[in-house]
Amino acid sequence: MPESAIIAQGLSKRFGSVVALDGIDLDVPVGTVLGLLGPNGAGKTTTVRILTTIMRPDGGHARVLGVDVAAHPDQVRTTIGLAGQYAAVDENLTGRENLILVGRLTHQPRKDVRPRAAELLDRFELSNAADRPVKTYSGGMRRRLDLAAALVHRPPVLFLDEPTTGLDPRSRTQLWGVIGELVSDGTTLLLTTQYLEEADRLADRIVVVDNGRIIAEGTSSELKATLGTTIIEVRLENDAAVQSAVGLLGQVGPAESRQDGRTVDVSVSQGGRAVVDVVRLLDGAGLAIDGIAVREPTLDDVFLRLTGHAAEADADQDKEDVA
Amino acid sequence: MTTTPTSVERVSAGHGGLREAVADGITVTWRNVTAMKRVPEVLVFSTIQPVLFVLMFRYVFGGAIHVPGVRYVDYLMPGIFVQTIAFGAVQTGVGLAEDLGKGLIERFRSLPMSRSAVLAGRTAADLVRNLFVVTLMVAMGFLVGFRVHTNVFAFLAGFLMLMLFSFALSWAFALLGLTVGSAEAAQAAAFPALAPLVFASSAFVPPQSMPGWLRVFADHQPVTATVNAVRALVLGGPMARPVITALAWSLGLLALFAPLAVSRYRRAA
Repeated sequence: MPESAIIAQGLSKRFGSVVALDGIDLDVPVGTVLGLLGPNGAGKTTTVRILTTIMRPDGGHARVLGVDVAAHPDQVRTTIGLAGQYAAVDENLTGRENLILVGRLTHQPRKDVRPRAAELLDRFELSNAADRPVKTYSGGMRRRLDLAAALVHRPPVLFLDEPTTGLDPRSRTQLWGVIGELVSDGTTLLLTTQYLEEADRLADRIVVVDNGRIIAEGTSSELKATLGTTIIEVRLENDAAVQSAVGLLGQVGPAESRQDGRTVDVSVSQGGRAVVDVVRLLDGAGLAIDGIAVREPTLDDVFLRLTGHAAEADADQDKEDVA
Repeated sequence: MTTTPTSVERVSAGHGGLREAVADGITVTWRNVTAMKRVPEVLVFSTIQPVLFVLMFRYVFGGAIHVPGVRYVDYLMPGIFVQTIAFGAVQTGVGLAEDLGKGLIERFRSLPMSRSAVLAGRTAADLVRNLFVVTLMVAMGFLVGFRVHTNVFAFLAGFLMLMLFSFALSWAFALLGLTVGSAEAAQAAAFPALAPLVFASSAFVPPQSMPGWLRVFADHQPVTATVNAVRALVLGGPMARPVITALAWSLGLLALFAPLAVSRYRRAA
């Protein structure tokens, strides 16, 4: 058994003059989950396309279960499953027909194709809708079917490209549950996401990408330790006080002013205690507080800290479901 | 780095050569035909246009068009058949562009299936559809007075000729669909390519009535060749030359566009 299910070394890819990937290295041990975290256009999907043999890299190489993706794509395809951002199922076919289609195209023994489709429909709670055309499905149902389609041939390595982008919170939680089960069955998973919470919830290790480069990696707690687990938002009554507040609050944790000119974000490791410090410091300096809030760091905070620029403001713009 | 025995077994399941290519092609054909049956509107609309043309040319323009030595309805119908399959072939490109846009091709490309199956399955399914639509148009022709003047074998040969031409055109539009990448663009790009071929041909009027420069084009293009062959097969007269010319066109188009489309598919992402 190779220790690494997925290895990438120096992957690079250009589209015309745009550099999509600029030297991506990955190492995903068998049976673990890697979260590839980044905003739109960071290179997440390009990485997945290369690792799933859909696209060839311009430079570098990658292996899945020890097999080179560019040299032996056919071999790699037998061991991987891919579910994409846009549910790639045929909407004119029923859910069952979609799974039978994939079963046949992955050359499962003929007698196993229908039972496997039924089993997956059951597992993903689609049995009641199994014989309805997919165009009648909700967004969440399509995603579940798409994921089921990726599992038909029991691939030991699974790639999920933004599996929950565009889903409502309930469908998202439901899908997380299903993915969690898969992982506990020993499937190796590479997951791309724009959501810190999602990477946090599902991934053993997280790689943060931006502009085709890896800018940070580690476990969720390691990343949070560098970031601070909590962010205290302080809104000041007076614009002029912002600069002195940033200076003062630097004693509590890394502090930055927002573009609105009135709010300061302080990253801290322990929220409760730090709020007291923040209030005490500002009060002592005679700076009036208009409002104060404590929140979990978002992808924007990660990016602001790591890159000095915010994750694309419209990163969530294309979230409207494809349904 | 070594592969485990299980992954070696899985690997060998992915290599079946021609048998696998045929099996995968049949599976994709099944998928496309099943999907077509779920959207009967497409079939209905692809039939309405040729039906309108039959009615228009048979009853509106037909009276004014005189083709020496033949009833106009008998002259017209082979032209209508070819027109039907020519415009119907656009659906191959539209369907592929849709699959591309919806990410289905992406999924297919990540599966250990034959690389030719998506295109073979699409063109085969469109052949099935054309079989249905042309049968319908033949029935329509009989309704408005079209008659076969040869025999049933020649008529069937004409039918096969139509199917071969439809298959060849499907591959040309497969290439177009994969190249332009959106269903709307495939639809829009197809018309200017097809209109001169279909209308500046012997489909509706004899090319002898056209100005010299246009006649040169009309006499030397695949729609005219196929129409003339089908006409010879159903109306009688010398058959060998038109049939061989039409066969050469269809096989030539197939030999040109099938490899181009497959190579385009391999590169499409």
